[in-house]
Amino acid sequence: MDESRFKKRTLFLVLYLVFAILPVYWMINMSFKTNEEILSTFSLWPQNFTLAHYKTIFTDASWYSGYINSLIYVAINTVISLAVALPAAYAFSRYSFLGDKHVFFWLLTNRMTPPAVFLLPFFQLYTTLGLMDTHIAVALAHLLFNVPLAVWILEGFMSGVPREIDETAYIDGYSFPRFFLTIYIPLIKSGVGVAAFFCFMFSWVELLMARTLTSVDAKPIVAVMTRTVSASGMDWGVLAAAGVLTIVPGAIVIWFVRHYIAKGFAMGRV
Amino acid sequence: MKPVNQKAWLLILPVVLCVAFSAILPLMTVVNYSVQDIISPERRVFVGTEWFKSVMRDDDLHGALLRQITFSLAVLVVEIPLGIALALSMPAKGWKSSAVLVLVAISLLIPWNVVGTIWQIYGRTDIGLMGAALAKLGFNYSYTGNATHAWLTVLLMDVWHWTPLVALLCFAGLRAIPDAYYQAASIDGASKFAVFRYIQLPKLRGVLMIAVLLRFMDSFMIYTEPFVLTGGGPGNATTFLSQYLTQKAVGQFDLGPAAAFSLIYFLIILLLCFILYNWMQRVGTADKTEAGHG
Amino acid sequence: MARIDLDLAHAYKANPQRDEDYALLPLKMSFDDGGAYALLGPSGCGKTTLLNLVSGLVKPSQGSVKFDGADVTGRTPQQRNIAQVFQFPVIYDTMTVAENLAFPLRNRGVAADKIKQRVGKIAEMLEMSGQLGTRAAGLTADAKQKISLGRGLVREDVSAVLFDEPLTVIDPHLKWQLRRKLKQIHHELKLTLIYVTHDQVEALTFAEQVVVMTRGRAVQVGSASDLFERPQHTFVGHFIGSPGMNFLPARSDASGVSVAGRNVMAASDALAGSGDTLKLGVRPEYVALAEPGSPGALPATVTQAQDIGTYWLVTARIGSGPAEPLIRARLSPEQLIPKVGDAVWLNIVGAHTCFYKDDELVSGVNA
Repeated sequence: MDESRFKKRTLFLVLYLVFAILPVYWMINMSFKTNEEILSTFSLWPQNFTLAHYKTIFTDASWYSGYINSLIYVAINTVISLAVALPAAYAFSRYSFLGDKHVFFWLLTNRMTPPAVFLLPFFQLYTTLGLMDTHIAVALAHLLFNVPLAVWILEGFMSGVPREIDETAYIDGYSFPRFFLTIYIPLIKSGVGVAAFFCFMFSWVELLMARTLTSVDAKPIVAVMTRTVSASGMDWGVLAAAGVLTIVPGAIVIWFVRHYIAKGFAMGRV
Repeated sequence: MKPVNQKAWLLILPVVLCVAFSAILPLMTVVNYSVQDIISPERRVFVGTEWFKSVMRDDDLHGALLRQITFSLAVLVVEIPLGIALALSMPAKGWKSSAVLVLVAISLLIPWNVVGTIWQIYGRTDIGLMGAALAKLGFNYSYTGNATHAWLTVLLMDVWHWTPLVALLCFAGLRAIPDAYYQAASIDGASKFAVFRYIQLPKLRGVLMIAVLLRFMDSFMIYTEPFVLTGGGPGNATTFLSQYLTQKAVGQFDLGPAAAFSLIYFLIILLLCFILYNWMQRVGTADKTEAGHG
Repeated sequence: MARIDLDLAHAYKANPQRDEDYALLPLKMSFDDGGAYALLGPSGCGKTTLLNLVSGLVKPSQGSVKFDGADVTGRTPQQRNIAQVFQFPVIYDTMTVAENLAFPLRNRGVAADKIKQRVGKIAEMLEMSGQLGTRAAGLTADAKQKISLGRGLVREDVSAVLFDEPLTVIDPHLKWQLRRKLKQIHHELKLTLIYVTHDQVEALTFAEQVVVMTRGRAVQVGSASDLFERPQHTFVGHFIGSPGMNFLPARSDASGVSVAGRNVMAASDALAGSGDTLKLGVRPEYVALAEPGSPGALPATVTQAQDIGTYWLVTARIGSGPAEPLIRARLSPEQLIPKVGDAVWLNIVGAHTCFYKDDELVSGVNA
């Protein structure tokens, strides 16, 4: 790689990372300041350093249980989404069948529906089923937008693998499930990694449905954070601290799937 | 070409059931409401397309729609090329790759109301980093007072928030390109630009289609971030479609019109996405049919 | 077209100490200008590494690569002017067949009419003249591989064309067509061709000289008949031929050479002091039914007799006892084929018998 191009790319990357991190840095900055300081002074680092906001979150059950609840339903949702999406994506990618193009587009349409459309009906549905305020309710509700996305992404990556690869490996005498799990999925690792991360992410940040379907037991962190407005005004510091902490699970998830996402396509070693 | 196999329906059945459960039943309820005047739970009058007509005639709606389309186009124009460029510059291997991946993904993980809140402070000239810096540079920056500033700030916030989505998709797509293509290009004496134009960009087609459609539909539905940041102001400069419609629905607190307009909203997105989708399919036909399916 | 000389070794680790650390053990090899060679061996033997060292995609950790006497070790594949065809078709999807073929020439600034002429010539050779205007992405796998090949041939001064298992994704019934085309091209253009494969049929039909490799070593370089008649290494005997060579443990002492306790050959100086590693190798094609007690023959009991069509494959156990070695014989159908359980005598010593010490060939049969 020629030197100058290499340096240009690195420069661009560094500039972007600075742009990306500055607001996060500001948020971290705020999380260690008192509310008075946040609203009155401009300071690059806390003048009066305080851990009070983090203390609130770690000691107040309604705060940290918010994180745990979110983690639970997001995990359930991601697993289900991927599990049903993988075979479906394979079908769309490899076979032609009655109505295939229409069903595919219909799936996409579910991703493009404003969640507000479904609020009231969901509320009624889950109340009838007796699933209100449960983790499974939110996990199931989020399937609405995550499953189409997962199918969509996985289908794209599967179509990048030539059919001949399936057939060559298949001839070696594997049963279909074994072939699918041990040979095929590793070939589309980067697609699986990206799909898993996006399912996690979209479910993690979704507010409207999660708030509507829960009240106490399964109240997610996103909903807890909206109640930082009190009589004395917005609790900026706690909100910032909570915001910082919401990044942590997602960062861990992407750390774990990093090899999946960055995996090259090791063709030919079938 | 792909073999015909009706048994493939078994593979997609779980997906269809999940989504139908989540979607069809509720959707039917909404359609039901949209054609009724619900004066009270017991008194419902069928009014047909009454609500639809009144919503469509609304002038303010046209304004909001126009603003929304402009915003979504601006989002695409900035985020797609930026995302591709970012994906190309992200390292592929080693600890640097993992570190950059995490740093890039951070903005996606922050709940949207927090994003809006942070940028609220961030953009203030008295207590925010960006605001203070802009003021220092001599700009009379105010996202609350100046409509153009508000617009640009909302756009910048969206770019900051969502470009990583495009970048991550493209990054994964780039990794899926076998080394042999780069080797062959090197043997053929191709320049770096030729490699981008003839190998990388075509191979990214599938991923880019997902990115474009996703960003388009999500930006079209955007609500929380601009609402928290500017509240739709100044005036209605940053009042996009979903906020406008929510204002209407909450203001009138009437299920009938609310449902009608939800459906119209959905149909607008559906129509635009359908057009975009088919256009992109046609452009990328040869690739999709042959690379994997041929 | 170039003569390629290799004098190198390659290890992926920094300080290779033992044989296992090397991907390619030190070797010296030459590929003549215009020759057709095959690198044959099982997965992981190092044949693709060797190919990549020739092409320049990999630099040897020690040693050098020379093209026509000039040291090219530091040069890229482009600079070495080689062409490579990969395991799966690598084509530029957005271009037509003609544009694909023209691409390497355009990158070198060749004049437009010259490009057209050259592309036309190569397309004709590949029997693709009618498809020049078609988008490359829409073609079948074998057509795409032809385009990949064409892109390599279109440069007039290409030094060598390298193939890395190019028929892997081709339909079986089209493989022979492509192989035939490759031979044709070799005949017409007289290019140096190096072909990597794990399929001996491909290697033996395509190449004039085959390099048999295993675990980082090139164990023998020779023509198909050399490899068949005189395998230098038990691996070659094993790998080439269907089924491979029979290997029987043998003992050599002053009284002669014996197998399974029976003397089959007179004492030989070449085999003196062979110790325990002496093996007698004889191909099933050369194992013949013999009269009981005849010199060079052993008693055996038939355990299996398969009708392959053009011949019978008979498996027999030498001597008695289940631990005794098995021997395979290919017998023509005109003979009287023994049945399972029959006691037979099989001649194993003949002009084609070879002896191996520590798996290396030490001698044939003295005339």
